[in-house]
Amino acid sequence: MTTQQLTSKSPTVLSWQMRRFLIGSSLTLFAFILVTAYLTPFLYMVSTSLKNREQQTNPNSPLWPATVATYTYQDQVYTMYAVPTEQGVQNWALVKKGRDSSYFIDPSNPQAGLIEWKGQWRALQEAWVVKFEYSNFVSAWNMPGQAANFPRLFFNSTMISFTGVIGTLLSSIAVAYGFSRFRFPGQKILFMVLIATIILPRTVLIIPTYAFFVKIGWVGTWLPLIVPHFFANAYNVFLLRQYFMTIPREIDEAAMIDGASPLRTLISIIVPQSIPVLIAVTLFHFVFAWNDYFEPLIYLSATPQLQPISVGVQAFNFMYNQQPAMIQATSLLGLSLPVLIFLVAQRYFISGVVLSGAEK
Amino acid sequence: MVVTSKPAKISGLSFFEAKWGYIFISPWIIGFFAFLFFPMIGTLILSFTNFNLVNAEGLKFVGLSNYYKMFGDPIVYSALWITLKFTIVALPIGIIYPVLLAALMTAKGLWGRQLFRTLFYLPYIVPMVSAAWIWRGFLNTDAGWLNYFLRWFGLPTPDWLFTPFWIMPSLLIISLWGVGNAMLTMISSMQSISDDMYDAAAIDGAGPVTTFIFITIPLISPIIFYNVVLSMIGLFNYFLIPQILKGVAGDPGGSTMFYNLYLYKTFFTYQDMAYGATLAWGMFVLVLACTLFLFGTSKYWVYYTADER
Repeated sequence: MTTQQLTSKSPTVLSWQMRRFLIGSSLTLFAFILVTAYLTPFLYMVSTSLKNREQQTNPNSPLWPATVATYTYQDQVYTMYAVPTEQGVQNWALVKKGRDSSYFIDPSNPQAGLIEWKGQWRALQEAWVVKFEYSNFVSAWNMPGQAANFPRLFFNSTMISFTGVIGTLLSSIAVAYGFSRFRFPGQKILFMVLIATIILPRTVLIIPTYAFFVKIGWVGTWLPLIVPHFFANAYNVFLLRQYFMTIPREIDEAAMIDGASPLRTLISIIVPQSIPVLIAVTLFHFVFAWNDYFEPLIYLSATPQLQPISVGVQAFNFMYNQQPAMIQATSLLGLSLPVLIFLVAQRYFISGVVLSGAEK
Repeated sequence: MVVTSKPAKISGLSFFEAKWGYIFISPWIIGFFAFLFFPMIGTLILSFTNFNLVNAEGLKFVGLSNYYKMFGDPIVYSALWITLKFTIVALPIGIIYPVLLAALMTAKGLWGRQLFRTLFYLPYIVPMVSAAWIWRGFLNTDAGWLNYFLRWFGLPTPDWLFTPFWIMPSLLIISLWGVGNAMLTMISSMQSISDDMYDAAAIDGAGPVTTFIFITIPLISPIIFYNVVLSMIGLFNYFLIPQILKGVAGDPGGSTMFYNLYLYKTFFTYQDMAYGATLAWGMFVLVLACTLFLFGTSKYWVYYTADER
């Protein structure tokens, strides 16, 4: 298609470029509309989190955070309304209410004095001005009525995720190294078993595991959320193995011949060459552990002061489920760190997904 | 046995290799038995007992009585039906939609490709709890933005989260919000298709739709298969979003009592480990059967190029 049309005469080239431009711009427009729909819930969250109480209960209020505008005239505070006049809709303060006509003051021209407006003031809409109610975030931060405030939940999430990351890095690096660099009987079968565990549903494991952790007294501690990660998992091992395979064997064989032990080779050759994939595994696991809800829920339901953000936010929101602003403020606090990490380090996430998608 | 089959020098090396190989993979071997194999067997064994954390009336084997209870339990059937109904709708949409999205993201002439990709991926990174509460507000009947927009266009405004009929589309919309990861795996698969394929199709006079159906889809079928298997398993085990939104009651009117919500309620709220294990094992057998079935059909529709395994 390309060669044929490019070599033809210039008018065709122009129209082809025109067509290409039109296709490109309509695709982009379509994608733009779609992505706007995708991001609207975020906008809803931000906007709602900044609304005050009066606005939330007023069905005529705008979508953005706002408050009813007022105007102080002769030391009295008056509510402003959007008044339809011959000069278009004017924002005037209602000073004297009447049945068939009311008196308004125009804040942009108070010298003009009271203006009589014929019509029923009750049919008018209030005039709104943008106002951010930051106190929702103060409530979300302090979490009144909960055993743990947000900083405490944040600390818990950080500790659980961070320790889990260390565990999964140490163990998955070792296991991936074992699978990518050493031949041993049963290697193929063991690797297939490892991959097969990806499709094992968690529910078939949870009851005996839970009962076991109850028996040994680990329920109500962070241990069930941390210790299993010190034993590698299929996703990370697969990702790391894929990457280790791309490192030329000659390099670590040379190190081995120079007398380096396998462990030394791993630490001094393989690990330094694999920094990007190690960052990817770190970020994936951190975000996974940060967002995990089910396991912290069952293991920490009786110890709220140890809960991570996911479970803490859920408990708080369930308690305040009649206050949308507070709910959206905590939701925003809850998603801020993972989203920030993703936006800053997105190339590692994307390369990680691409690498794990290979060879499937 | 390995030692005798090979010359002495190599066998020394292979013994060395095997030793270190086992040492390095040992964390996974231990973890596999401790956190996967034994719990799995444990679930099976518990399903034949009366094990219960609440009243310790003495552990004993009760034969198949938990299974009789399960097959006679009307909630099991309704929960299974709710789960299957959701899966049948959400599985094809949850695959076709990211394929189309990936096609759009890789289309020639699209501007701001990287930015779009990032923004479509973004909701996937949002914690489930935050996502559920955002949507709970967004879909609110009176104050939610979706109904605000629908009202603005003069369309009917459903009671999304509070009627047994509309709750299912709501849950579907929420799950399609997190489609970014599937989209990204499909984008990377589409980009690995060589341009020669497309050039050859163009020479044969194939249009974009024909090319997409007969070149792109077969060549990305392994990644589609991978996503089908994982999302089927995910959908069979779906319950967390309804649990966050509605608690364990399965509201409205029991319409979100998914199989795994019932399982969770049985073992966690009622602490009935034995019956919970029976329900878990039942689901495991079902998932395993469906997975094997998918693998069985894969040779008819999943296309592996010759140089791949």
